[in-house]
Amino acid sequence: MNRMQQSVESAQAIAASDAIAVERTLAGDRDAFRVLVERHSPNVFRLAYRMTGNRHDAEEVVQEAFLRSYQKLGQFAARANFGTWVYRIAANYAIDRMRQRRKEDSRREEPRVEREDGMENNPLDRVHDPAPTPERLTQSLELRKQMEAALAALSHSERTAFVMRHWEGCGIEEIAAVLKSNSGAAKNTVFRAVQKLRQALQPFVERGHQARAMGTES
Amino acid sequence: MKHMTEEELIAYREGEASQRAEITGHLADCKECRAEMERIDAVLAALDTLPVPDPGVDYGRRVWQQIAPRLAERPMRWWQTWLEPRRLGALGGVAALIIMAFLIGRITKPGGGKGDTIATTEQVRERVLVVAVGEHLGRSEMMLVELSNAEPNISKPKQINISSEQRRAEDLLEENRLYRQTALEAGDAGLASVLDELERVLLDVAHSPDKVTPAQFEAIQKKIEAHGILFKVRVVKKDLQQRQEAAKPTPAQNDSKNRERNKA
Repeated sequence: MNRMQQSVESAQAIAASDAIAVERTLAGDRDAFRVLVERHSPNVFRLAYRMTGNRHDAEEVVQEAFLRSYQKLGQFAARANFGTWVYRIAANYAIDRMRQRRKEDSRREEPRVEREDGMENNPLDRVHDPAPTPERLTQSLELRKQMEAALAALSHSERTAFVMRHWEGCGIEEIAAVLKSNSGAAKNTVFRAVQKLRQALQPFVERGHQARAMGTES
Repeated sequence: MKHMTEEELIAYREGEASQRAEITGHLADCKECRAEMERIDAVLAALDTLPVPDPGVDYGRRVWQQIAPRLAERPMRWWQTWLEPRRLGALGGVAALIIMAFLIGRITKPGGGKGDTIATTEQVRERVLVVAVGEHLGRSEMMLVELSNAEPNISKPKQINISSEQRRAEDLLEENRLYRQTALEAGDAGLASVLDELERVLLDVAHSPDKVTPAQFEAIQKKIEAHGILFKVRVVKKDLQQRQEAAKPTPAQNDSKNRERNKA
């Protein structure tokens, strides 16, 4: 059995198990919902973190997504795809959260990334490089800072579309459902996001490549 | 040779291009498009290096612990969601607004006399908003004051139960959304902005665990303080009271109207 077959079968097994957990939850077994929460939390966290850009908001999005999914479980028809459904709820809530953050930030007129403990967080703190030279570290820090700034400069829809498509591998229809648009518009939003990221980051990426090439030569 | 557009290359890179085979063939033959594709790849590959923190192996369990106390005994069937107390509360709020608008409309309806007040729909709507939001702000203020002034019992330092404030915040949240929307529709940006800030504070309270540690409780109090929301709520409430007063006919006007009515 090849790896792809295994992964498809495991996805099917998870979906079937999700469907049973949903049914049992609806019948009043709260522990069945616990299975769903524990199974899908890490994936929802990854999506939420990439969308919001900070841990505090991401954790709030995860909790809210599961609370809302529990409240709306009776309305959930396609029970085999609980993972996709909770993903969509999380993406929608993350968009709301990003809107709130942007309003707050524009009021304060300075960029802010919150840490778990509520302290101001410098994006550069999150950099990990095993053995960087001072020059490479500076470039790496600069590039990372630029990447975070470029992502933050995208509109909510663009960031959502990019995260869902590029990092989470979601289908265009799914993205369109979250953005409440049609698939043509969703495709276009993905394109605009990549185009903007490219415009913002290409000079830094190329500079990094050149520096590395020069370092290899010397 | 016709080159691929940036849009086509990005769609191809993101697995969405409709003519994949054609583009693959073109990229094999065209050095320029290949170079352009490599530049797109380089940017996307760089973005892939952005780290996502590892939430930990027991993250799912922690999420469950945080949300479990806030889950109802049993999730609602679709029809039951319409009977949710909060939704009923919000519906009640809407019904109250409609009734008030009707009554104010009746009271201020021109009765044929020259001196009678002619109230436009906008004026009626604004008056309704002023009265209803004033009451809502009063209730929000009371809840926030109670939370801000509460001093946790030092003899039981482990956990503080804020479930009652949490429920009140949830109820207020539903109303708040309704009033913020109405304020926006009525073009009252200032009021909508304060309601928006209040909503975020209410969200924080409503989404806190129902039992918090003294440190968490203090963090909630600090958040309320940091937003300066109590002050803003009081200012807006005062302003609404003044608007309400200004909208009332003066006693002199009332007297003269009454006299005219008596003569007639």
